Amino acid sequence: MESVALIINLAYVLAAGLFILGLKLLSHPLTARKGNMVSAVGMLVAVVVTLLDHQIISYHWILLGFAIGGAYGAWKAKSVEMTQMPEMVSLFNGYGGLASLLLGWATVSQLSTVGFSGATSFVLITVILTLLIGGVTFSGSVIAWGKLSGRMNAKAVIFTGLRELSVLHLVGFFVVGYLFVTDPMNPVWLYATIALALSFGILATISIGGADMPVVIALLNSYSGVAASAAGLAVGNTILIVTGLLVGASGLILTNIMCKAMNRSLMNVLLSGFAKPVEAAEKIEGEVKIMPAQDAFYVLEAAQAVLVIPGYGMAVAQAQHAVRELQTLLEENGCTVEYAIHPVAGRMPGHMNVLLAEADVPYDQLCEMDDVNPRMENYDVAIVIGANDVVNPAAKEMKGSPIYGMPVIEAYRAKTVFVLKRSANAGFAGVDNPLFFKDNTRMVLGDAKDTINTIIREFGDD
Amino acid sequence: MENIYLIFIVLLAAFLGFELIRKVPATLHTPLMSGSNAISGITLVGALAASGMENDILTTILGTAAVALASINVVGGYLVTDRMLGMFKKKDKK
Repeated sequence: MESVALIINLAYVLAAGLFILGLKLLSHPLTARKGNMVSAVGMLVAVVVTLLDHQIISYHWILLGFAIGGAYGAWKAKSVEMTQMPEMVSLFNGYGGLASLLLGWATVSQLSTVGFSGATSFVLITVILTLLIGGVTFSGSVIAWGKLSGRMNAKAVIFTGLRELSVLHLVGFFVVGYLFVTDPMNPVWLYATIALALSFGILATISIGGADMPVVIALLNSYSGVAASAAGLAVGNTILIVTGLLVGASGLILTNIMCKAMNRSLMNVLLSGFAKPVEAAEKIEGEVKIMPAQDAFYVLEAAQAVLVIPGYGMAVAQAQHAVRELQTLLEENGCTVEYAIHPVAGRMPGHMNVLLAEADVPYDQLCEMDDVNPRMENYDVAIVIGANDVVNPAAKEMKGSPIYGMPVIEAYRAKTVFVLKRSANAGFAGVDNPLFFKDNTRMVLGDAKDTINTIIREFGDD
Repeated sequence: MENIYLIFIVLLAAFLGFELIRKVPATLHTPLMSGSNAISGITLVGALAASGMENDILTTILGTAAVALASINVVGGYLVTDRMLGMFKKKDKK
C-alpha cells in the first residue's frame, strides 16, 4: 500500500506543477489557450490517479455524479452567450462553494459513523472553515448571479438593522463554531453553521449595487478557491490545499485591481450599502446637445483617428458586432480605430475585451486607460458606447461627487465626443455626468446598436 | 507535526499564486476567472473519495452531489475558457 500512496502523491506534485505552468502560460494572449490545456491535463492526472486509490471500492456513484455534472457543465459552456459571461462565472463560483460545503459536510457525516474517533480539533476547525467559506461563496454567488442576470433588482438593498444583523452573524459564527468543535456529535451545531453561512452570504451581497459587481465576482472567485483549500485541510489532501490557494490568490489580485480602478478600498466596496448617499455639492449647469445619427456620420467620415470607449451598455445592446463593422468601414476610409477599456467597464473584469474578441476585434487594438489618456487630444472623435461612470469628468473636477478620485478615461479631452446612450439620465451609480454638458460633446440618443447601424447605412449610401 | 507541514504548504502556495497572477494583462481577466473556476473544481478529487469509499448512505449522497457540482466547474470551466481564448486574435499584418 505504501507504494500506491507514493505514486498518488507524486502524481499530485505533477498535477500541481501543471496547474502552475498553465497559469503562467495564461498570462499572455498568445500562449493562453495552451495554458488552459496544460491546466486541464493537470486536472486529468489528479482525478485519474485518485481513482486508482484502493480505498475507492465503488465507481457507479462517482460515474453518476460526473455524468450529470459534466453534461450540464459542457452544455453551459457551449451555449452561453459572451454577454452572459458574468452570470456564468458567478454561478460557477457558487457551484464550487457548494461542492466544498458538501465535501465538508460529508467529512462530518463520515466521522460521525465512527463516533468522531481520531477527529482532532484541527480537523474540526478546518471543517467549520470549509462550511463557512463554502456556504458564503454559494449563497453570495447565487445573489450575484440573480443581480447580473436581471432576475433580481441590481440595486443595493438596504434595510434598517442590516449592520446589526451582520455583526450578530459574525458573533454567531464564533459561538456555533466553538460549540461544534467541543460537541461534534450534536448535529444541531453543524446545521446552524451551514444556515449562518448561507444567510451571511446573502446579507453581504444583497447590499452591493450592480456597478460594484466586478469587485464582488472577483472576490467570490477567490472565496471558491479558499473554500476548496479549507476542504483540503479538512480531508488532509495537499493537492486541494495548493490548487485552491492558487485560485484564492488569483481572485484576490483581481479584486485588488478592480478596487484600485475605482479608487476605493475593499472594505469601502463591501460596506458600500451602509454608506449614506452623498449629495452632489455642485449643480451641473449647461445644455445637452443632441445630434441625430445621420449627422454623426458626417463627422466620422472626416475623422482621422477614432477612439471607441465601450461600457456595460454595449453588452446590453449586443452592439459589439455592429461596432466591429463600423471599425472596418472607418479603416477602409483611412481612419485609425482604437478601443479604450476601463478596468471596471462592464460587470466583470475583462468583460469588454471578451465581447470585442467575440466580434473579431484584434486584442492589440484594445488599449488600457493609462495608455490612451496621455494622447487623448490626438483623437478626432471619441465614441462612448453605453459607458458612463468610467468617462465621468466629475471624478476629476467635482470634490463632492461620490466617484471623486476614481481614475477615468478622459474622453472629454478628445476633439469631439459622441455619447451613445438610451436616454440622458444619470448612470448606474446614479451620478450626474458633466461630460454630457461639455461643449465638444454630442449625445446620440437611442439603442446603441440601432444608432451604429444607422451610421453604417450612411457609409453604404455614400 | 503534520499540521505544521500543511500550514507551511498554505503559505508557499499563497505566495506562488500572487506572483503568478500579478502579470496577467487586463485583456485576459475574464478567461483567467473562468479558468480558475475550472481549477477550483479540484474539490472533485476530495469528493471522489467521499463518494466511492465504503461509507454510510448520507456520506455517499453528499459525496456524489459534491462530485457532480465540482464536475460542472471542471468540465464547464475548461470548455468555456477554451472557447473564449479561441476568439482572441492578433491583428493580421497584411
